[in-house]
Amino acid sequence: MVTSKEPVASRVWVRYDSRERWTRLAVLLLVTAVLVWAARDVDIFWPWVWDAPAQIHSLGERMWPPDPSRLGEIVDAMIETVHIATLATFLTVFAALPVSYISAQNTTPNRACLWLGRFILVASRSVNTIIWALLFVAIFGPGVLAGILAIMCRSIGFVGKLMGEAIEEIDRRPVEAMEATGASRPKVILYAVVPQVMPAFFAVVILRWDINIRESTVLGLVGAGGIGVILQGAIDTFAWPTVATILCAIILLVVLGEAITGVLRRRVL
Amino acid sequence: MATGPARTWRKPPFIASPWLRFALTVAVLGYLGWALATLPFDWGRISEGLPRAARIFGGGFPPSFERLELLATGFKESFQIALLATLLGVLLSIPFAVMAARNISPRPVYLVGRAVIIVSRSFHPVIVAILFVKAVGFGPLAGILTLTLYSIGFVGKLLAEEIEEIDWGQVEAMRSVGAGFLATLTYAVFPQILPRQIGLSMYQLDSNLRASAVVGIVGAGGIGSTLMNAFGRYDYDFAFAILLVIIAVILISEGVSGWVRKRVW
Repeated sequence: MVTSKEPVASRVWVRYDSRERWTRLAVLLLVTAVLVWAARDVDIFWPWVWDAPAQIHSLGERMWPPDPSRLGEIVDAMIETVHIATLATFLTVFAALPVSYISAQNTTPNRACLWLGRFILVASRSVNTIIWALLFVAIFGPGVLAGILAIMCRSIGFVGKLMGEAIEEIDRRPVEAMEATGASRPKVILYAVVPQVMPAFFAVVILRWDINIRESTVLGLVGAGGIGVILQGAIDTFAWPTVATILCAIILLVVLGEAITGVLRRRVL
Repeated sequence: MATGPARTWRKPPFIASPWLRFALTVAVLGYLGWALATLPFDWGRISEGLPRAARIFGGGFPPSFERLELLATGFKESFQIALLATLLGVLLSIPFAVMAARNISPRPVYLVGRAVIIVSRSFHPVIVAILFVKAVGFGPLAGILTLTLYSIGFVGKLLAEEIEEIDWGQVEAMRSVGAGFLATLTYAVFPQILPRQIGLSMYQLDSNLRASAVVGIVGAGGIGSTLMNAFGRYDYDFAFAILLVIIAVILISEGVSGWVRKRVW
């Protein structure tokens, strides 16, 4: 029963009650304050900001027209880039599946393995590919091996996490049926778990391959092979028309990669 | 009763056609052979890797938190870059998303909007960062510009898809009372996509914070620059300390961003 002093007709509908309104105002103020602080405190030399459009325009002018004279070299480097992405994805599969197996709650052998698996996934995902590459270049020297290992280390977390979630969502009954017939552990995995996560597996690997192609274009900037090496060289020698050609080639590669993964996804899944 | 040799069950093959199966195996092996044969591995240098790894990790442990001030300054700058880039990126992504939505933009505008989004999504932020560092000089300005572009690509794409899926009835209602294009956008389109936009902004803030740790490696300011300097000076104990703090900050920011997104929806 509504007991209100004022008559119904004079009540006004308001979207938020006063507490909600104050909370919203406080959040808004806080966000504004943080943004103002960031804008005032950040180490920017403001005259450069006003000059930036002119500088960017001038850089664009120096890039035009793209210079195709080193096209052969660029194509070779592109193939190398794709190789790095593909081999890294291929290796990731072998490394990520055991990790996803021990980090899924329903298949993990024990708590220690579960936490070990989760630690590997988190560590792998939190460190960016470039930082992994920096580390591996310091260890194995500049070259494609450092690139492959860097991409692999970053992909393990991604593939492992998504596959772990796929394993956690499987139907228990085939597993129980296998166990009831006295099947050994490897057989249960092979015949009850693997068939259920197969579609997710292909989807995740195809998605990661697409991402890896993008990532492998920048590995060369820290010396880990691929198109980035030529790009860095061209930038360092101020060969801007060549830089423009390389950038066009990268767009082409990424769009091509997206098209291929689109076709694969439709054919395989 | 079946007689003769005992029959055993065999797992049906994954690919039904034996020819396709064979062809795929050959193709995969052939590709691996080709790739491994053409890639330039420098085995001499690689074989030195293990002692070097031992030296790096030996130098890296225990991580040194002695220069805490430098670490804090680097992180403060990364935060500022991520915040400002998210603000700019999210604001700028709205017009591009409207342009790139098939249902409310005329065809030529749609193509331009899509092209902008595709181009800004094709380039890894690090490549963009290098170009901006060359154009506007070292420092956080290049980082902010890079991540703004990165945010426009990502938020713009998802927002455009969101606009394409809105309830068309409200747009028709606005048009039937004679509202202009801007009024239709403000009262029929934006209210439908705003909750999504706030969630996306939080996600993008998290993602920009991650990326701001990386763009610094090519000179665009923030903790990445500090990390790169430590690596360049073979200051591995400080570098490992930075790495640990980056991991911790990313985990915290992922948690906070997830919590806010859950509260907003």
